[in-house]
Amino acid sequence: MSVAAPTAPQDGTDSAGGSVAGRPKSITRTVLTSKRGVLSLAFLVLIFLACVLAGLITSGGPDAQSFLVVNKGPSLNHLLGTDELGRDLLTRILYGGRASLIGVAEAVGALLIISVPLGVTAGYLGGRTDKVITRVADLIMSIPVIIILLAVLAIFGHSMTTAMIAFGVLGSAGVTRVIRSAALAARSEAYIDAARVIGVSQRDIIFRHMLPQCRGVIVVQTALFAAIALGVQTGLTYLSLGPAPPAPTWGGMVADAVSQFYVAPWELVPSGAVIALTVIAFGVLGDVVRDAIAETHSGGAAVARRRRRHQPPPVVPAADTEPLLTATDLNVSVAAGTREETTLIQGIALSVLPGESLGIVGESGSGKTIAMKALAGLLPRGTAITNGSIRFQAAELSSGDESVYRKFRGRGIAIVTQEPMRALDPSYRVGKLLTDLVHSIDRCGRREARARAIELLRRVQILDPEDVAQRYPHEISGGMAQRVAVAMALAGRPQLLIADEPTTALDVTVQAEILDLLRQLQRETGMALILVSHDLGVVAEICSRVCVMYAGEIVEMAPSADLFAKPMHPYTRALISASPRSREERGPLSTIPGTVPAPRDWPVGCHFAGRCEFTTPACTAAAVELRSVSPTDMARCVRSEELFAASRSVPTNEVAS
Amino acid sequence: MPGGWMARIIGLRILTAIPLILLVSFIIFALESLVPGNPAETILGQNATPQNVAALDRQLGLNKSLFAGFWTWLEGVIHGHLGTSIISGESVSSLLNGRLGVTLSLVLLSVLVSAIIGTLLGFISARRGGLLGRLLDVISLTGLALPSFWLGTVLVVTFAVKLKLLPASGYETIAQSPSGWLQHLILPVAALSLAGIALVAKQARDSILGALEADYIAMLRGNGMREREIMFKHVLRNAAMPIVTVLGVVAIGTLGGTVFVESVFVLPGLGSQATQSTVDHDLPVILGIGLYFTVIVVIINLLVDIAYGLLNPRARTT
Repeated sequence: MSVAAPTAPQDGTDSAGGSVAGRPKSITRTVLTSKRGVLSLAFLVLIFLACVLAGLITSGGPDAQSFLVVNKGPSLNHLLGTDELGRDLLTRILYGGRASLIGVAEAVGALLIISVPLGVTAGYLGGRTDKVITRVADLIMSIPVIIILLAVLAIFGHSMTTAMIAFGVLGSAGVTRVIRSAALAARSEAYIDAARVIGVSQRDIIFRHMLPQCRGVIVVQTALFAAIALGVQTGLTYLSLGPAPPAPTWGGMVADAVSQFYVAPWELVPSGAVIALTVIAFGVLGDVVRDAIAETHSGGAAVARRRRRHQPPPVVPAADTEPLLTATDLNVSVAAGTREETTLIQGIALSVLPGESLGIVGESGSGKTIAMKALAGLLPRGTAITNGSIRFQAAELSSGDESVYRKFRGRGIAIVTQEPMRALDPSYRVGKLLTDLVHSIDRCGRREARARAIELLRRVQILDPEDVAQRYPHEISGGMAQRVAVAMALAGRPQLLIADEPTTALDVTVQAEILDLLRQLQRETGMALILVSHDLGVVAEICSRVCVMYAGEIVEMAPSADLFAKPMHPYTRALISASPRSREERGPLSTIPGTVPAPRDWPVGCHFAGRCEFTTPACTAAAVELRSVSPTDMARCVRSEELFAASRSVPTNEVAS
Repeated sequence: MPGGWMARIIGLRILTAIPLILLVSFIIFALESLVPGNPAETILGQNATPQNVAALDRQLGLNKSLFAGFWTWLEGVIHGHLGTSIISGESVSSLLNGRLGVTLSLVLLSVLVSAIIGTLLGFISARRGGLLGRLLDVISLTGLALPSFWLGTVLVVTFAVKLKLLPASGYETIAQSPSGWLQHLILPVAALSLAGIALVAKQARDSILGALEADYIAMLRGNGMREREIMFKHVLRNAAMPIVTVLGVVAIGTLGGTVFVESVFVLPGLGSQATQSTVDHDLPVILGIGLYFTVIVVIINLLVDIAYGLLNPRARTT
């Protein structure tokens, strides 16, 4: 499978995920381009400078008393007012800030000196070193830090420096673990392996490659730790465990203000505000960097909004039988309504007749999973239908009104998701899960629901349903889990089952069993099936009609036999040649050079033009429409007839049987 | 074997507790030997007589080597003797036992309040999102940023001094008067739990949103389970695991916070004793409190593990 172009998507984010991720930005730029980042950084710089330059900014020292202005509110002479001895509060805050900031610096310094080398080493070396470091870190993380700090203060005679360094040392355990995880992730990045292979020294790997990768995490942890350290420093000085009284400290000022509360409640505000604002500034700084890191990893974009641009066009009347489900001109976008809006699938039009089985095929990135989720009404947060319609029987489903879908879920449309091991809630035994579902759909008694749950398990050919019902999902095999998932889908006696790669995660023999099961269930119940797969062989086995997707569009749609015998689109043709099942007759497996373009990089013309061997200027000039190219076949190619009409290029009788 | 996993988790936690307790007490012991000069002199101050210093040396085990002194203390602990306070001469264990209830009440109530209100806020903001989510962010930020001693002070002056609704300080045990107990604890718990509420709410929102995206939720929704049932039996249940983890962190943080809040509200608990003993340089008491706090932390971690096992069948096997 590895040489062939279509590869199994490892997760459900077939096209919504990584492909639309932003580029990683430098940390400085991240902070400076965010309003919150700039504000908090500016505040911290301001506080820092003001504290350093306290002597220049303010007149008179922090202890200068004046009996004329005792407990006064803010005034021009005393911007933040005065305390019970007539000392200027602003002056005391700035001088006191020195102690606080020095304390934070001491704690952060100790933290970084210990946690960065240990964390990077543990992550880089792994093995026993890693185990020892994480174990010790775990142990230290359980130490009640405050008591150690008090012991330090008791023994070292109220030395805040020692206490803050001790705080940094103890705090380094947790931060070491976080940095270690980041280093571990960085180490597994391909280019670090490459660097090792081409003989870059270990020191260079660590300093040039690993550290920059961990930089973001280190900045985040440092900022958050600084916030906590400030809280501890002010707390300890509040308890007057720090420098002796006349010396100004932020915590001490709160304590002083408390004693004056009856006469001058205002005095609590400046000290409380400066502590809270500084803590917030550190915290926000950390958050901004963390959000930026998370965004580059997950692909950002999380605006959930239903938006419709046009009214759905009238439904095309069906030839003889009324279709069960019809999608018309369907577009789905991520981050709809924002500048980042990107179309993931466009112009999807398909219909399923009762009892029919339709296959949707494509490489990862073709948009088939998004199409399937759109049809099932289960689009992930951040994506939305922006155009077109989905009709189930007579009901319009794409209106954005959840309650319409709810009527059909289970009873009309059922689903089976891709990864059987993730399809079952891990917290419940299989039998309980299924019983609850039956109970919820049928609104019958518990006992009845339980009996039907067992019956459903038997229905999916589980030999010992009573035994399986007693197990938790993690106690059954993937194939068994997939059978249970199918049983869940059958609970509502659906008319249409939408299955997303139902066999991809399974062994070959189990794959065949599950396909047999689906085919048999379809025969028994007469339900229609939409099967989404990257595997042409799977689709060929059970689908009567196939719809091939490429880069967000349907490129060809035809009855299975026609499609495999006489593909009318170059992509379908390439896909069939690349399918391992056609290898025996065709000699070496061919591959499709290049990769599916990401949604943002779709060309104006034919989406496949970049990888197609038949591209002409006409292909790239304008958008290509899906059109009838033979009595049974629709294709999105300007050269279909010219290239393939007469040919019988892919003799795959066996596959198409 | 049902329930067998619980015994195993308890056994494992107790096993890991031993090195932890040794580590904490050894750190405090080792700190003494790091002090330049004679710690007894530092503790007693400049006016100490040589006899007093020698007596304190003996009492703290400073006349012996670090390890010998540590061993002597450990032997005492094993036999239930935590030494005596160098200030009052009272037995450390009886001094601390008398104060344990206050601290436990504070921590327990604060964690309970954080859990309930935090989860509720997180749930609401996960469902409603948008403006409420941002409001929650602001509240959590302030909740985390305002020092508990500052908040406690403001609460005292508004609700106790100004409005005279609640007592400003002091304590009654639950045995003396349940309503008095609660009244004395309302304000300290409020001061202590704001940060916890903020943390829990944030985590609750994130993990509820995460659980909503899970495949198994899509399976239930896509196959016709009722929304209410999905939310309460599946989303919340799975979101509960990370929330429990955060609650463990909150509980440990609250325990540390009692040091400040008990001082603000003049509550006779372990935290205020720790502050007083620090001022008095009363090392045996600090060591004792270190031991008590460590055991409480071990119990919190144990409860988190058990809750994890109850919520997640997979956690029982590892």
